[in-house]
Amino acid sequence: MRFEVNGSPVDAAPAPGQVLRTLLREHGHFEVKKGCDAGDCGACSVLVDGSPVHSCLYPAHRLEGRAVTTVAGLGDPEHPHPVQQSFADAGGFQCGFCTAGFVVTASALPSAAPADLDRQLKGNLCRCTGYRSIRDAICGTSNTEQADVTGDAVGRSVKPPAAMRVVTGREPYTLDTATTGLLHAVVLGSPHASARIVSIDASAALAVPGVHAVLTHEDSPATLFSTGRHESRLDDPDDTLVFDRVLRFQGQRVAAVVAASVRIASEALALIRVEYEVLPAVFDPEVARDAGAHRVHGDKDPVVSRLTHPSRNVVAALHGEMGDVDAALAASSVTVSGEWRTQRVAHASLETHATRGWLDSSGRLVLRTSSQVPYLVRDEIARIFALPADEVRVFTARVGGGFGGKQELLTEDLVTLAVLKTGRPVQYEFTREDEFTIAPMRHPMRVRVTLGATASGELTAIAIDQLSDTGAYGNHGPGVLFHSSHESLSVYRCANKRVDAEAVYTNNPPSGAFRGYGLGQVIFALESALDELALRLDMDPFELRRRNVVVPGDPMVTIDADAETDLLYGSYGLDQCLDLTEAALARSTVEAPPGWATGTGMALSMIATLPPRGHFATATVALLADGSVEASVGTAEFGNGTTTVHAQLVATALRLPVSRVRVRQSDTDAVRYDTGAFGSAGVVVAGKALYEAAVSLRSQLEAAAVEVVGAAASPADGLAHHPAGAPAWHAAPDSAEGSARHSAGPAASSAGGSGRHAAGRAAAAPVAPPWSAHSGRHAAQDDPESSVAPVLTDAGVLVGERLVPLAKLAGLGLVGHGSNDGTPRSVAFNVHGFKVAVNEATGEVRILQSVQSADAGYVLNPEQLRGQVEGGTAQAIGTAMLEEVRVEDGHVTTRAFRNYRVPQMADIPVTEVYFADTADELGPFGAKSMSEAPYNPVAPALANAIRRAIGVRPRALPMTRDRVWRLVQGRDGAA
Amino acid sequence: MLLTVPTMDLNGIREVRVARTRNDLALAPGEAVLAGGTWLYSEQQPGLTGLVDLTGLGWTALEADADGLTVAATCTLAELTAYEPPAEWRIQPLLAQCCQALLASFKVQSTATVGGNICTALPAGAMTSLFSALDADAIIWTADGGERRMPVAEFVTGVRTTALRPGEVLRALHVPAHSLEARSAFRKIALSPLGRSGAVVVGRVDPDGTAVFTVTAATPRPYQLRFEELPSAAALARGIRSIGDWYDDPHGAPDWREAMSVLLAEEIRQELA
Repeated sequence: MRFEVNGSPVDAAPAPGQVLRTLLREHGHFEVKKGCDAGDCGACSVLVDGSPVHSCLYPAHRLEGRAVTTVAGLGDPEHPHPVQQSFADAGGFQCGFCTAGFVVTASALPSAAPADLDRQLKGNLCRCTGYRSIRDAICGTSNTEQADVTGDAVGRSVKPPAAMRVVTGREPYTLDTATTGLLHAVVLGSPHASARIVSIDASAALAVPGVHAVLTHEDSPATLFSTGRHESRLDDPDDTLVFDRVLRFQGQRVAAVVAASVRIASEALALIRVEYEVLPAVFDPEVARDAGAHRVHGDKDPVVSRLTHPSRNVVAALHGEMGDVDAALAASSVTVSGEWRTQRVAHASLETHATRGWLDSSGRLVLRTSSQVPYLVRDEIARIFALPADEVRVFTARVGGGFGGKQELLTEDLVTLAVLKTGRPVQYEFTREDEFTIAPMRHPMRVRVTLGATASGELTAIAIDQLSDTGAYGNHGPGVLFHSSHESLSVYRCANKRVDAEAVYTNNPPSGAFRGYGLGQVIFALESALDELALRLDMDPFELRRRNVVVPGDPMVTIDADAETDLLYGSYGLDQCLDLTEAALARSTVEAPPGWATGTGMALSMIATLPPRGHFATATVALLADGSVEASVGTAEFGNGTTTVHAQLVATALRLPVSRVRVRQSDTDAVRYDTGAFGSAGVVVAGKALYEAAVSLRSQLEAAAVEVVGAAASPADGLAHHPAGAPAWHAAPDSAEGSARHSAGPAASSAGGSGRHAAGRAAAAPVAPPWSAHSGRHAAQDDPESSVAPVLTDAGVLVGERLVPLAKLAGLGLVGHGSNDGTPRSVAFNVHGFKVAVNEATGEVRILQSVQSADAGYVLNPEQLRGQVEGGTAQAIGTAMLEEVRVEDGHVTTRAFRNYRVPQMADIPVTEVYFADTADELGPFGAKSMSEAPYNPVAPALANAIRRAIGVRPRALPMTRDRVWRLVQGRDGAA
Repeated sequence: MLLTVPTMDLNGIREVRVARTRNDLALAPGEAVLAGGTWLYSEQQPGLTGLVDLTGLGWTALEADADGLTVAATCTLAELTAYEPPAEWRIQPLLAQCCQALLASFKVQSTATVGGNICTALPAGAMTSLFSALDADAIIWTADGGERRMPVAEFVTGVRTTALRPGEVLRALHVPAHSLEARSAFRKIALSPLGRSGAVVVGRVDPDGTAVFTVTAATPRPYQLRFEELPSAAALARGIRSIGDWYDDPHGAPDWREAMSVLLAEEIRQELA
């Protein structure tokens, strides 16, 4: 069969039943992404004879004579299609995995009317952005600056360095590369939620031509581990095996076939004969602790596996009290109590989990994986398989979304086993269905809250009673539980607090890390209860918060007033966030449809700027021979935008255009160590390490220039006089044009003096960060023996009147090193407000206004920060109103996007985003992290708005139309 | 046995035949017919080993005559939306509304077919809503080379089940002229603005005054209520509630679906009054 792809003829013989997507990827068109393989998400969109189609649904046998255009065929980074340029200019992506599909679809919209976009783009899902920036891209609104701005790159909306590659389909993700001789692993999942494998007969499967191995529990290392990964591996219970003979949830690995193709592996899989002994099961977390309940991990040693009470299915427990809650409640003028429930939520990253592994020429195991934590994966893989850590390399390319779901080791272990068994390169790729059935989800929780207050609204007592369903395996269960009641409660000044919290095993699919890491579940309950309290007191909810939130000087405590903590007020903008949100809501003039009930609600959240007990990063910055700067960090890019900020930090330190900074990242070969991209640490830990490395390189360059000048006999050596000479990186005379461009910026902003760096930021960041003020350069300037202080400009190092071009220094192999240990930590704040209209006859909730104010400290990249807030809000609106992974007796019934409603463009309103004007003492340039945080206050703010509209309080998520309608029915029925 | 198998390709398929004549439609064991493929390729199809592609038969998408409109099973939703009926036929808005009610995007609508949507027999099948509401007949090619007809409203018998017998193929839908000349009104509600339908109600008043209300999406199969003239609000609500077969899935709770069907039907009644 002959057809064309991007103008080039292709001669192919597609397999029967094959779809266009896989055929295109077989032919190296990795720009065509897999998001769902069901026609729901649009990531695989291509044009066939000019018409956009979902290539995952397009039968390949119909291709004869047709012309296919992929995103790469629309344009390239040098000659982009106008839509591609618009997506780059608007900042219309974060992880970028959905972008190819959006660009292709947008290039062929039947009409360009913005009003129709909701409908026309309902077949394209984006999990990161919240769609505002995508709408801007299609409407031609630019939100970013060119990436080669010179001088102080921080504080500006610099484009992501990968922007043009992402929008033209050139940026490779985890599986977007060809590997010779690649085998594929396909997994047989357990049909039972609780069973023991009696026997497995794989002989028929092994006999299928093309099958290289069938892996079962007999091949599994005996080392228990956790799929959840943390800086300390002791945080997560060791309760998991690569293959376990005991099956504790439906879909758990029973066996894997490793074969030359997915088709062969799937065929062989059907031939495996397994005999199961079905065991009792427990699905309801409320009964999991009962005496008669099935013990999911009753076989485990609580000390070895670090489980609280496996005999009661309790993985972790937190019980504690500060003050005397009962006495305080008895003495309170007003008390409020209630119970709230949150559901299972899927991360729904557009790129599914996947790993490709092989042995390199020296026999070292290499894993290319979709992970937020390559170093932690490396260390644990080495431990499970008893390999020296230096014989394992783990790296990620650009990751297509994470949200906590890739702080897990889910595919790497199986690939390792398969590679070691076969000696061949092996790939294991989750399907979208796997993401809903076997990838850990957000912990469902039941949270009871009791509050006491004085008549004037001062909190006297906070008590929470919490039950978390961690599912069949304990990964992240303890961490999520412990974190959930921390910043949620400690943001309130209250003398009496009590927490009774337990996480239990069930035979449900495992729960795991999810944006907000438990805080959101408790904040939903607590902020709802506070709204109830405000109603009871007849007090404005903003005012109630103002009376009770901590202010600098107050201890941030939950249940232990004496707890040692490294959590500090590096800055404080909660007051501003409350004011900004309140003022924005007051400005609203949006009218509700006639006859609809309206309500306004708000909620706040606090979050530590990074995880506790150590988060480590090392970084290097090197000047390369070609004149570019290579910045190496361990943390991963998955749409968080850290790469952009990292490039901005390095460019600023070195006075270079951002475009000259190349960031090498998320590779255990890149730097010595990095804990990873979770807990919002990419900027405040890795970024600081990287900036330190860049400052170190700067001082080395300056010192080297002084030496060069000292050794130089005359300017004829190539050292130009400044300003008469060409102050250029490109010192060669044939590049005068480029020189002039690069010289303009710093000449204007070169304020000189030892405080220049800090002064450059002073306008926006009044507090000069102490950690940034002690560079080697300043030391050199303070050195009385140094007669001429060298100054780095983008053209070179100025030593007196002599300019040493960087080219002259590039061959010296100078490398700056930096590191950060993630302590002390600061706090960031978010306040969300909603105005809603509710159609009480149908339960339809329409968001009339959405406002979020964020205290992120100094804003390093305004457009990216806005994107994080909008994206977090959108994901939270999904949680609040649309999404639920339904599980019935251990069986997931929502196994595709068509049954699990990730918000479409039509579902997400514009959110007004405001930033508090603060500068943090701890973060780089005064910045704080802001990736998880925007998610946390959204659901309770929306619930509070709905409560105010209909007079009944929603107590369970998601607040779908049928549930809101039932709330109204209950009200009217009871009346 | 529950398998976790990648859905990327239909890996169980051994052969795809493109049908050129009716004789090619004699199906071997394990074979099924393929129209647009937008649903068939979106999920694994256990037990299926062969596909027979109907799009090679070259059926005319839409044919109007004095009796009404014949729509080929292979007519795409995009073709149906673009159809410009004769002036005396008032159904164009309803065609567009039903096509828009489809969960899938315009990219799918250019490939998805009318027959495929009906034969998939999902409660929220937008073409099931349309053609049952128009009292269309399903024209079925029988395995022995003959043909039989039955109302679309009876053709879809439940969730993912139809009246098709082994070896039969849905050839076309025939819409009678009186339905095409009728006044109609359409209402849909879902749990999200453009989500999969939780309830779809179509009302029709024929030239002779007959009023027909058809409920889909809220029920496992189409339900129709017929009145000699537009009923009273109470009579209509009573009729809707008497259906008593409300579907339960992630796209809406049964009690809500019932209430929404009553509500939407009443809105339609008022619009058509």
